Amino acid sequence: MEFFRIKKDIPFMRHALIFNVISALTFVLAVFFLLSRGLHFSIEFTGGTVMEVAYTKPANIENIRNSVDGLGFTDTQVQSFGTAQDVMIRLPAQHGVNATQQSEKVIAALKAQDPDVTLQRVEFVGPQVGDELAHDGLMALAMVVIGIVIYLAFRFEWKFAVAAVIANLHDVVIILGFFAFFQWEFSLTVLAAVLAVLGYSVNESVVVFDRVREAFRDRRYGKLSAPEVLNHAITSTISRTIITHGSTEMMVLSMLVFGGPTLHYFAVALTIGILFGIYSSVFVAAAIAMWLGVKREDLIKPTKPKDETDGAVV
Amino acid sequence: MNRYPLWKYSLIVIALLFGTLYTLPNFFGESPAVQISSAKSTIKVDSAVAERVQQILQQGSLAPESVAFDNGSAPSVRARFANTDTQFKAKTLLEKGLNTDPADPTYIVAFNLLPNTPQWLQSLHAFPMYLGLDLRGGVHFLMQVDIKAVLNKRLQGLQSSVRSVLRDKNIRHNGINRNGDQIEILFRDADTRDKARNVLAGEVSELLLQDAGSGDDLKLIATLRPEALKQTQEDGVKQNISTLSKRVNELGVAEPIIQRQGADRIVVQLPGVQDVSRAKDIIGRTATLEVRMVDDSVTRGTEESATIPFGSELFKIGKGAPVVLYKDPVLTGDYISNASASFDENHQPAVSIDLNGDGGRKMRDATREKVGKAMAIVLFEKGKGEVLTVATIRSELGSRFQITGMGSAEASSDLALLLRAGSLAAPMEIIEERTIGPQLGAENIRKGFDATLYGFAAMAIFMIVYYQLFGLFSALALSVNVLLLIAVLSTLQATLTLPGIAAIALALGMAIDSNVLINERIREELRNGNSPQAAISIGFDRAWATILDSNVTTLIAGLALLIFGSGAIRGFAVVHCLGILTSMFSAVFFSRGLANLWYGRKKKLTSLAIGQIWKPKTDVKADVKVK
Repeated sequence: MEFFRIKKDIPFMRHALIFNVISALTFVLAVFFLLSRGLHFSIEFTGGTVMEVAYTKPANIENIRNSVDGLGFTDTQVQSFGTAQDVMIRLPAQHGVNATQQSEKVIAALKAQDPDVTLQRVEFVGPQVGDELAHDGLMALAMVVIGIVIYLAFRFEWKFAVAAVIANLHDVVIILGFFAFFQWEFSLTVLAAVLAVLGYSVNESVVVFDRVREAFRDRRYGKLSAPEVLNHAITSTISRTIITHGSTEMMVLSMLVFGGPTLHYFAVALTIGILFGIYSSVFVAAAIAMWLGVKREDLIKPTKPKDETDGAVV
Repeated sequence: MNRYPLWKYSLIVIALLFGTLYTLPNFFGESPAVQISSAKSTIKVDSAVAERVQQILQQGSLAPESVAFDNGSAPSVRARFANTDTQFKAKTLLEKGLNTDPADPTYIVAFNLLPNTPQWLQSLHAFPMYLGLDLRGGVHFLMQVDIKAVLNKRLQGLQSSVRSVLRDKNIRHNGINRNGDQIEILFRDADTRDKARNVLAGEVSELLLQDAGSGDDLKLIATLRPEALKQTQEDGVKQNISTLSKRVNELGVAEPIIQRQGADRIVVQLPGVQDVSRAKDIIGRTATLEVRMVDDSVTRGTEESATIPFGSELFKIGKGAPVVLYKDPVLTGDYISNASASFDENHQPAVSIDLNGDGGRKMRDATREKVGKAMAIVLFEKGKGEVLTVATIRSELGSRFQITGMGSAEASSDLALLLRAGSLAAPMEIIEERTIGPQLGAENIRKGFDATLYGFAAMAIFMIVYYQLFGLFSALALSVNVLLLIAVLSTLQATLTLPGIAAIALALGMAIDSNVLINERIREELRNGNSPQAAISIGFDRAWATILDSNVTTLIAGLALLIFGSGAIRGFAVVHCLGILTSMFSAVFFSRGLANLWYGRKKKLTSLAIGQIWKPKTDVKADVKVK
């Protein structure tokens, strides 16, 4: 079986401008939603209490809401979750209130209403933890970006490094844009997914750039111009790109379907990341590298001795 | 060219063997057990307790599968049973047999689940992974220790030490004040100040002294030395950890985790505990300490039979020696600003105690007339007192004194810890709490497992259909990857959480990248007209550079998560990073081994089972490429 039967190099770079405009538009939209709607942070970041309770029969949300509000909490959220028997209750962080007792009061009130209720999960996070998490998250993002730039600059050349990182940061912003637009819950696991995607989709750019370097070194492609080399690199890796992403996506879809609510948004973030990852790292990164003006000389000079080993193999 | 030397095949076999052996323990499940640990800090569990447990069980004609003494950080005896029925009976029996007074238990008897790993695997140190709270249910607390309060108390203590040292040496000062983290001592003239500095440098070595002021308004500014500051903070947190451990023991939790996190936080995880309010109640309890005089109107040795005078109480020292103490305390734990293990002038282990505020004066008043008599220190918890030590007063005691004759360095550090437990517990606050029901935990395991299994199956089927034999190699490499990853995690005794399972799934999803790269490369080489043997060789070699680059970038992201992540994220990051490393081995080294084994010896190989290779025929440019 062979899905991709490409006769000649597809002139991707001829359309580079279009790709970049599309990217710029999605990017701007994502930033717009991030600014206008903001992220719906989980209580891990904001502080507060989340409780999951289970009933033996479908729960009466309205009654639960009344009894929770009756305890004097403000801004509470009560919603069913997963099945009709499962209910999720959120209590925001309240300053000056001994928050650790909140969940007990609530469960006592619910037990009074219906003794069959069972507490499945409680999560309480103090406000001081949330700030730290946000800070650590940003530090982790910074470290990933800087680390990747340094590694790629060392392995390839700074233009590639910059191109790859811009392309993939644009992925990150787009994932965040989705989370802002749909107001999906942004939790720590989602943050982990975002960072994992960042590392993963840089792979794509690396695979393409590897081909670019190889083509620049190879005498057979000596007459090709830089955009042509980029076209050749993308064309010869497109089959691998799509098959790899398809396979990874199978796994992620499996998590989305079977993994339950805890892994739901983790898998959603990965799915968006993988889909945009294909597009951005292949088209956007290559295009940016082209605008930055990659040349044969950038890659050939520093790694001359390696040429010989490559030659020996062929 | 496609042959591995023997050592490479051997390496593969060794890796497979390692993977299988260390993954195996995860499949044996767990059997019900009863765990016996100490309920009191003065009582240590040892192998003698194991023998007693055996005896008690024999008398009750209950046959345990095994009784073993585990000398870990919290020594315990574990008896394993065939079913939960015997487990229940054994627990009641042991509780009665071991604890003479049910109101004041000496040992904690708790239910536990012990892994059923066979002995021969255990002797290879092959144990199953721990399951995180989200998978087995339980309570998680993150406690913040109020370090400022600890420092404040320490400085208060030092301030009174300074005062009493200066008074003892007859050095006149113009007042001692606290100013934030500084202690200011005022002097009229430089001579006195110099004298004071010399004396203080010798006697209160924790302080850093600096001159300030001018004219007749001279000052000596004392601050805590950085190392003393650090020591105080460390002690404060350690103190609270040991206090917490003792209290958690009381909850009868089999495998609690009490760990320090960062500079001033403590994680408490109680697997299986559902009663959160009781847990909070016990964890939040405070202990108090009192120094009391021994009532010598009761003759030693007759305490148990004699009538206790009004105003006195009967206590027990540690395991049992009785002692009668006056009810009126000389002073309470509030006055103790520090207690540490040290050595006396004869280089024998001792415990040094610092008192603050009025403590020194009270102590002096109480001991002046009592030289030669005995004094006791009592720790009160839950309203019950336990005598930690009884010591003879050798001389009038001030704000700093030593308890000598401890016998061993271990005894002195134990006592210091207990003294601090009753006096120095820094205020703690719960800043994070998570409770997961056992059902939810079991559900999480099943969901995580299902997601990984179905995802894996889908990928494997796709790979085999698309790349045929090479797809099979890839699928096998992928299963070796899981095997190695789980084996490594089990050897590291990592805690598996739901994000950890997600990371295993994701590691597999990403590891397939290497195999796809290799297979596509081989196809491409074949398309370019290379012979099958050459195609395998070039395919693997060329793909390697790319695989390395892409894995390094993924690893950078993983490391960032590992460094900056906490809690659930850390679990994810550990598995993510390890998964990348094992995938490099399995996808490149192992799958090449399979290809070599299958094709390497066939000299006249004309085709590879790697799926259909489509060759562009009419294209001119493609022709150029081939040549």
